[in-house]
This record gives sequence, C-alpha cells and structure tokens, in this order.
Amino acid sequence: MSPTTIFAPVSTPANEIAGLGVLVISMSGAIFAVVCGLLVYTIVRFRRTHDETNEPAQVYGSNQVELAWTVVPMLIVVVLFLATTGVITRVQEAGQPDEALHVVAIGHQFWWEYRYPGSDVVTANELHVPVSDAGHPAPTVITLLSADADHSFWVPRLAGKTDLIPNRVNSTWIEPTETGLYLGQCAQYCGTQHAKMLLRVYVETRAAFDRWIAGQRRPVEIDATVSTGRRIFQRTSCVNCHTIAGTAANGRFGPDLTHVMSRDTIASGVAPNTRENLRRWIRNPDDIKPGSRMPSMNLTEQELDAVTAYLASLR
Amino acid sequence: MANSWVTTVDHKRLGMMYIAYALVFLVIGGIEATIMRIQLIAPHQTFVSPQVFNRLFTMHGTTMIFFVAMPLLFGFANYLIPLMIGARDTAFPRLNALSFWLTAFGGLLLYFSVLGASGLYGAGNAPDVGWFAYAPLTSTTFSRGHSTDFWTLSLLVSGVGSIGTAINLIATIVCLRCQGMTLGKMPLFAWLILVMAGMVLLAVSPLTAAQIMLLVDRYLGGHFFDTQAGGSATIWMHFFWIFGHPEVYVLVLPAFGFASEIIPVFSRKAIFGYPVMVGATVCIGFIGMSVWAHHMFTVGMTSHANMFFVLSTMAIAVPTGIKSFNWLATMWGGTIAFTTPMLFCVAFLFQFLVAGLTGVMLSAAPLDWQLGNSYFVVAHFHYVIVGGILFTTFGAFYFWFPKATGRMYSEALGRLHFWLFVIGFHLTFDFMHLPGLLGMPRRIYTYEADRGWATWNLIVTIGVVFQAVSILVFLFNLVRSYRSGALAGSDPWDAWTLEWSTASPPPAYNFAVLPSVKSRRPLWDLKHPEDPDWRYE
Repeated sequence: MSPTTIFAPVSTPANEIAGLGVLVISMSGAIFAVVCGLLVYTIVRFRRTHDETNEPAQVYGSNQVELAWTVVPMLIVVVLFLATTGVITRVQEAGQPDEALHVVAIGHQFWWEYRYPGSDVVTANELHVPVSDAGHPAPTVITLLSADADHSFWVPRLAGKTDLIPNRVNSTWIEPTETGLYLGQCAQYCGTQHAKMLLRVYVETRAAFDRWIAGQRRPVEIDATVSTGRRIFQRTSCVNCHTIAGTAANGRFGPDLTHVMSRDTIASGVAPNTRENLRRWIRNPDDIKPGSRMPSMNLTEQELDAVTAYLASLR
Repeated sequence: MANSWVTTVDHKRLGMMYIAYALVFLVIGGIEATIMRIQLIAPHQTFVSPQVFNRLFTMHGTTMIFFVAMPLLFGFANYLIPLMIGARDTAFPRLNALSFWLTAFGGLLLYFSVLGASGLYGAGNAPDVGWFAYAPLTSTTFSRGHSTDFWTLSLLVSGVGSIGTAINLIATIVCLRCQGMTLGKMPLFAWLILVMAGMVLLAVSPLTAAQIMLLVDRYLGGHFFDTQAGGSATIWMHFFWIFGHPEVYVLVLPAFGFASEIIPVFSRKAIFGYPVMVGATVCIGFIGMSVWAHHMFTVGMTSHANMFFVLSTMAIAVPTGIKSFNWLATMWGGTIAFTTPMLFCVAFLFQFLVAGLTGVMLSAAPLDWQLGNSYFVVAHFHYVIVGGILFTTFGAFYFWFPKATGRMYSEALGRLHFWLFVIGFHLTFDFMHLPGLLGMPRRIYTYEADRGWATWNLIVTIGVVFQAVSILVFLFNLVRSYRSGALAGSDPWDAWTLEWSTASPPPAYNFAVLPSVKSRRPLWDLKHPEDPDWRYE
C-alpha cells in the first residue's frame, strides 16, 4: 500500500474527508454509469446503416425533458453541497480541548521548522506528536507560517493540505489514532527543490512522546573529543544559519542542529542520517539536493571529518 | 504574396494565421511535456535538472494556455463567425490584425527569454515560477535576472491582443448579422463565442492589471505582492484565478460551439433544445465568473467562503449537464455517420462526462484539501483541456478543413489520428489520476520510490508516445490533403449553416450577395422547401 494514499486515513480530519470521498465518488460513479450507458446505446442504436438515405424526423426540443434533466442534477447538487458543508464545518470549526498540543510549523526553502511553544523545543523536518485515543483525546493544532515562499503541509493519511503563506497565519489540526510514521511532502510549488521538501510525522504513545520531548530539552553535553570540529563550525559561516543551543551558533535560516542526531533523516527527509551522508551533505549539499539553500563551505578533508564528528556528537 | 499575409486584414487569413501559429506552439509545448514525462518515467531520474524541469512546466503551461489554446480558438472564431452570420468581415478588421500581431509578439517574447533573460546575474533563462506565478516567488528577492519580466510582458502584450479580439468578436456578432438573423436564429457557435468574448473582457483585464502591478513591484518599488514588505501573496492568487478560472470557460465554450455544430450535421437532426442551450451558455458565463476561489480551498479561507465557492462550483455542473444531455438528445433518433469530426465529438462527450465528474469531486472543498495540487488535478484539467477542448478542436479541423482549403482530408489518416490519440490520451490521463489519489503532488521534478507511484507514471509516459505519433499523422494529413486532397465543393457535409453556401475556399468578400435567413438552418430551408425549419421555431 502506498504510504501516502488518501484512502487509509488514521486521523479525524482525514477520516472525515475519506468518508465524503466515498460518497462523492459513488454518486459520480452512478451518474457515469447511467450517462455513459445512454451514450453507448445511442451510438450503437442510431448509427447510420448503408441503406438509409432519408433524413430522420426532425425534433427541435421538449420542455418536459429539459425540465427533468435540469431538476434532477439540481437535486444531486443540493445533496452533495449539504454533505460537503457538514464536513467543512466539522473540520474547520472543530473546537479543540485545552490539552491539545500546539506546534508551530514554519516552511522554509526547502525544509520544515517545528517549534513547540509549550516546551521550548525546536526541531526540523521530523514532527513528533502523541497518539490520540478515545480515553485520552490528543489532537495536535499546527500553526502554519512561512519564512519565504508559499508551501503546503500535506500528510494525506492525517489531514488534507493547508498552505503556509508568508505574512499570513494559517492553521490545521490532526488527531492520529494509530502510532507510526506518516509521510507526505510540500504540496505548493516553492522553488528549485520543491520536490525534495518531504514531511515525516512520528505518531508516538504518550510515554514515548514525553521521552522525546525530554530528550530535546536536554542541554548538549560538551564532548572534548570533538573540540576541533566545534571550533571549525564556529569560525565558518555555519553559525549564521544554524542554531546549536548553548553555543554561539544562533542562526535561524537553516535547521536547528542542537539534537541533529536524534533525527532519522537529513535534508528534509531526503537521505538517512548516517555519518557518511552527513559528511557528503556538509561537503557539497548539491550532491544530495541540487539547488538547496546551503552552500558548500569548501572544507578540507580533515575539516570535514572534524565537523562531521562534532555534529555526530549532538544527540 | 507573402507581403499580403503580413498586411492582411481579412478575417479568414488572420484566422488561419492564428491557427498555424497555435500549431507551431502546440508542437513546442508538446515537446516540453514529453521531456517532463521522460524525467518522471521512474523515480530519481536525472534526465533534466530540477532547474530545467521547473522551467519546462512553467513554459508548458504558459505556452499551452496563452499561445496554443487561446489563438487556436480565436483563429476558428475569427474564421467562422463572419461566414456563419453572413457578414463580409469582422466589425474592426484592422483591430483584428493588430490583435493577432500582439498575440504573436507575446509568444515570441516569452521564448526570447531563453536567450535574453539571464541578464547580468547569470540567473537562468526561461521563467521558472509556474504558469500561475505565485507571489512571492516572482519578487526580485526570489527571481533575479529577467525571466519573470519576459513572462509578465509576454502575457501583458498578448492579453491586450486578446481583449482586442474579444471586442471585435462582440461587435461583429452584435452588429453584423445578416438580414433575418435575430439573436435567436444565430448558429449556436456564434452564441458560445459571444459569451466567450464577454468572459475574455471580464477575465483578461484583471490578469493584465496584475501583470502591471507585478512590474511596478519589480521595478518601481511597489509592494503589492512583496510579502517581505507587507504585501499580500493571496491578493495575487485572487487576481490570477479571477482570470484563471473564467479562462477555462473561455476555452471550453468554443469547444462546446464546435460540438453544437458538428453533432447535428452528422446525426442529421436539428440541435435539440436550442433556447435551453443558449440559456445554459449564458448561465455558465455568469456562474463561471464566480467560482475562481475553488483554486484556493487550501489557502485558509473561512468556512463560509469555502462553502460559497463549493456551491457556485457545483452549480455550474447543472447547465453543463444540460448541454451534454441536449447533445445526446440530438443524436437520439438520428442517423449517425461516424466521420472523423464526429468520432472526435463522441469521444469528447464521453471524456467531458468524466472531466465534469472529477470536477464535481474537486469542488467538494474537503476533497480538494486532499487532491488539490496533486496529480489528480493535473489529470482532471487535462481531461478538460485535451479530452474536451483539443478533441473537439481536432473535430473542427476536419469539419471545416474542406471549407478553408477547398479540399477533402484523408478519412483513413483522420481515423488513424483519432484512434492513436484516443489510446494515447487514455493511457496518459486516465492513469494520471491514480498517483494523485496516492498523494503525489504536482510540479515535482522527481519522486521517492516507496510511494507506489512508479508504475502509474510509467504508463502515463507510454501514452505520450501514441499522442506524439498521432500528432504527426494529423500534421501529415493536413499538409498532404492541402496539396492533393480531392476537391470538396462548397458543401461536402450536406450541412445547414451559411458558411456552406459560399465557395470553398470562400472568396475574400465571403458572399457575392449578402444572405438573408428565416431560420437557424438556412440551408435546410433551401434544401427542404416543403418542410422548412422556420415553421417550427
């Protein structure tokens, strides 16, 4: 099964939409069958045979028939409209409980920044949320902002997409009912690497989620064995774009690297977060993601090893 | 002789130049699409770079809408309207020529970007902002060099041409109908072009205004769409789509017009429910102006705004459905001859039914939250534009080719073109719906292997081969038939509207004596004096 199909919803808004989808698709299917049947019958039944030379009877119209095929479609439209407004209301006007988790998602060219205002956690590209169950409803409300161009947050199994537009505050919500990793990607053209701005949402049990939050809040331990890499990191322009909490690096243009090794992937879900990939990425980001906003720093092989070792220590 | 094609103000020559120009760009836009399909044939291909891919889809969309579909349909309208309403030319022949050359210049300007847009920045050549050019990617921050300027100026110039043509068509239809041809006795094609031209006036003007605002932003320090200085990205969306959605009807109404002329002739019956067809057309014109924000269901509008655009969009299915039923009723009880033009129209009826139903699915805003900007949408609107508009336009090519050239086309090659194109179309666009349902967004230069999209994309690309071959067959048929087709005579289809009453090709003055009509089918009256139409209308 495709991990991004809209037909396997595991979250309240996605469920609502899939339900509406089944209704709309079955009504469309019925209309298709009837009209297509009429069309096929007409072209078979009324095709010209070779011996016909006379003109057929000329019929100019019929008010009764016209009325019938005006009124019946109108009734169908009314039914579909009412079903649709129901879902719009339930998704857009849903009140959220006080204990709902609030996350701010900020779209960047070409990665995702996630901030958890309640717990001062900042991370990138991999969103962690708790699972919801009937006993403990745990929806997540996501405020959507953009740092540059338009983007769109779309994880099909969790919810429909909502755009992130600069100078505008949007929001969406999810209420996942099964733990697991859910995939998606940016759905609004945002520039060169729009294709590789992938979304990963980790839905975890409450306990696992709390552990993850605690891990993200833990200060970074100073590891003396990687001090060379740390020095190189701090004297090149890495610090202008990246933040590592507790150090001089406080840039916000690129992802927060405080706990970079806690993430499974780099470059917005494009490559597994292995030491080799990390080194390849630092060496020349365009190797992995041509057109990414991160420049190559032209480090020597030794410097590359040192910086990779430093980043690999940020757990 | 060559000189006279440049300075001509004859609506027939301008019409044919529009059509020839559109065919050249159809081939260019088709090559762009083919390159994109090769890139997407499998995951992680590197046939083109992401930068080139983004330019390709921008140029493909812009080319196909503004320099293929619009000039193609304007060409047919230009050629046919004066002949159908019994006039010697359009109301403003010189405006007509100016409009054509502005449109032609616009297309050249767009493609000149490939050479001229890099500027001093080395910032790339052709535009890469998408045909919809959403702010703020078009601002000087994100789009350096001049590619966006070439795009803007190209649409500005050709937009003025479109507005000129629309004014001319309206004036021609309102003022130059022959004696006896009241509005209620015009061929349906003339009605559809009249409503289309009205929509062009209303829809292209805001687009032109938005292009000027974008130029002001880029060069005169304006901040309409400059989000970094407090401008609004959504204002651009509204400007673009209040053009962009009516544009769909601008393109599809002439296609409806072709079907409304071709289906009766090959069913040998009068069009069923003429007054209702006219009413449905006008309805589509009005409702069509109020649906634009269904392109914006995902930008975070209020629930009430969403509901309004759901209702207006669903409502437009009613008059569109009425049209389909009336075409069906026209065929019902007839003796249908499946010539090439009729084959294309029958395929259109089937495909437009599917396009309409997927349109209704997308009009339900919550479904659009899933499917908007996915390949499902790409499949849907290609079903409309290729399966609806291009199919009927091919039908129109074959139907009026004998009139314009005086020669018959090859029916065998026409059928070959039809069947190859049907196979290619369905392989490509039927299977394109599926990756959309499986979460594949549009405008991506490559995709991940684990998403379950690869098989469908492979089939989609295979369809392109059939389409490309069929277009070659079509062009070959046109050229060969023009040179050596059998002589057609003035009325090869035993048809009923006025263009078939004059010679093929028509003389420069169209009619030696301006005609006078008593019904919607003047040639039927002439051929059946014992049972004329005007008794029943």
